[in-house]
Amino acid sequence: MLGVSLKNIRLSNPTVLASGILGVAGETLVRAAKNGAGAITTKSIGIHPREGHPNPCILTHKHGLINAVGLCHPAIEDSLKEIEYILQNSPSPLIVSIHGKDAEEFAQAARMITQPASVRPAAVEVNISCPNVQDEFGKPFASDPILTKKIISAVKNTSRAPVIAKLSPNVPNIKEIARAAVNGGADMITAINTLGPGMIINLKAAKPILSNKSGGISGPCIKPIAVRCVYDIYEETKGKIPIIGTGGITTGEDAIEIIMAGASAVGIGSGIYYRGIGIFKKVCREMEGFMIKNGYRDLDEIRGIAHEK
Amino acid sequence: MKNDDAEARADENIEEMMKHLVKDPLKLLAVEQPDVLKIHSVYQENPGFNTILFEKEINAKPGQFVNVWIPGIDEKPISISFVDRENRLFGITVFETGRCSRILCSMKKGGMLGIRGPYGNPFTISKKMKRIALVGGGCGAAPLSFLADCAIAEGIEVYFIVGAKTKDKLLYIDRMKKRGAYVLAATEDGSMGAKGFTTDVLRQLLNTDKVDMIYACGPEIMMQKVIGIADEHNLPCQISMERYMKCGLGVCGQCACDDRLVCKDGPAFEKEEVKTMGDFGKYARLKTGKKVGLKEYYTHGLNKQTAQ
Repeated sequence: MLGVSLKNIRLSNPTVLASGILGVAGETLVRAAKNGAGAITTKSIGIHPREGHPNPCILTHKHGLINAVGLCHPAIEDSLKEIEYILQNSPSPLIVSIHGKDAEEFAQAARMITQPASVRPAAVEVNISCPNVQDEFGKPFASDPILTKKIISAVKNTSRAPVIAKLSPNVPNIKEIARAAVNGGADMITAINTLGPGMIINLKAAKPILSNKSGGISGPCIKPIAVRCVYDIYEETKGKIPIIGTGGITTGEDAIEIIMAGASAVGIGSGIYYRGIGIFKKVCREMEGFMIKNGYRDLDEIRGIAHEK
Repeated sequence: MKNDDAEARADENIEEMMKHLVKDPLKLLAVEQPDVLKIHSVYQENPGFNTILFEKEINAKPGQFVNVWIPGIDEKPISISFVDRENRLFGITVFETGRCSRILCSMKKGGMLGIRGPYGNPFTISKKMKRIALVGGGCGAAPLSFLADCAIAEGIEVYFIVGAKTKDKLLYIDRMKKRGAYVLAATEDGSMGAKGFTTDVLRQLLNTDKVDMIYACGPEIMMQKVIGIADEHNLPCQISMERYMKCGLGVCGQCACDDRLVCKDGPAFEKEEVKTMGDFGKYARLKTGKKVGLKEYYTHGLNKQTAQ
């Protein structure tokens, strides 16, 4: 009932562990897969090791989470070992998220990750939308259609696995960015990355709490924005490009909603904070409950129906 | 007053609504941010080891930790070492290892620190227990001293085995004696108590006395030995682990030991669960997420409680 295909990647259900959550260790990613995630995504990895920002780097607020982890990851050789472990042990397909400071670094990361045939992930997700490293890298590439196309096509040239562009909601016109990603050769789109960045100031300390001062907003409060972005991208791509709808998905109804907007799969990240690692199974059960009650047989019947006039 | 009532009712309605959405309704409204508190007092346990007390009612169980924020500098997970419910006080014990802990050690009464938590899976005690043995190495004694307080309050006899390199690094000796625990010290140089390791003392104790549970916190090599001793005597055992943490909320995945999250599934684990962890006693992850040998991990100064 819940099986979906993202191009040629078969998922037993549409839930995808979003990048950045539980994604440091191969073992915890496999745990998410064993707990029902239809696919799992690593934390973004790149060529050179990074420690990320000092603590505090993750907090919650009344309506969701805020984080500025700052793209920490080990050197790519070490990441490859984790990937190998996941591919040997995960019951669900693996998406590897990559980042870089320029097109060259992105391309190199994609090449290294998809080179060995024995340890090739199902797809490479290109994180051009992290809002937490602006001091270092400037504005996220996904804020600009030209840069978006440049990075995606560079990755497309070196990747031997399908390429997913992860887009930012922090743009005036996400359709334009989605078009650029598709023109660059993106096979799929993940929308959205975190919103903002935002800031939380502690009144007694009279200081921002995050060490990076600002951080990306996620969780239930960004869901309406994620739904609108997916709706716009689906319209722009005429439903031809699979979209992984991500942003505040916490319940089965949230998942149905973003699928109605046009998503083929749903990313779940902050939801783990609210409902634990069992969230994937819970969301699936709730989706099935909704579908049975409303007479839907599969997700193809639901995808994009919010667009029908 | 009326307005407050109306507000309370509105909150109840929100909770009712949330119940349909998620199993743990209050979590949707929870805010995991540091509560900036004035330091109530600072007590020097030993040179370089201070217990910082805060005035705040804290619903903490032994083995849990709080994330301590030095505004504008850093945030560190630190075990709760003391709770006085009557006087609404709780304490953490800090010791100098790096930049952050040096600042914490220099904090004085009236200074401000942010506290969030308590977090983590605690040690468990049951009323059926008659006698327990606690084995603390170095700063690992911190959560165990809180555990000892709770166990004694339940009428359980406590053997408090504490070890360090030298006498001036042994923690909580007087406090535990005063509380009524049987304190057994071990020092590597023999400057106090038995010359040798806590595990030697535990072995000797178990030759003559029966305990219902062993609890341990300290260097992983020590905890591994304790688990071995517990196995020999067919005794249950809980240990408390330490890994570099970021969120404390079970989401970032930084503190993974195998597929367990030390911040949420731990820090306290039953020995059976520990035995399934291939990383335990061998590997830990650096800030980058790279898995390295424990020896290399310790040289990065990321550990909070195992330095001796």
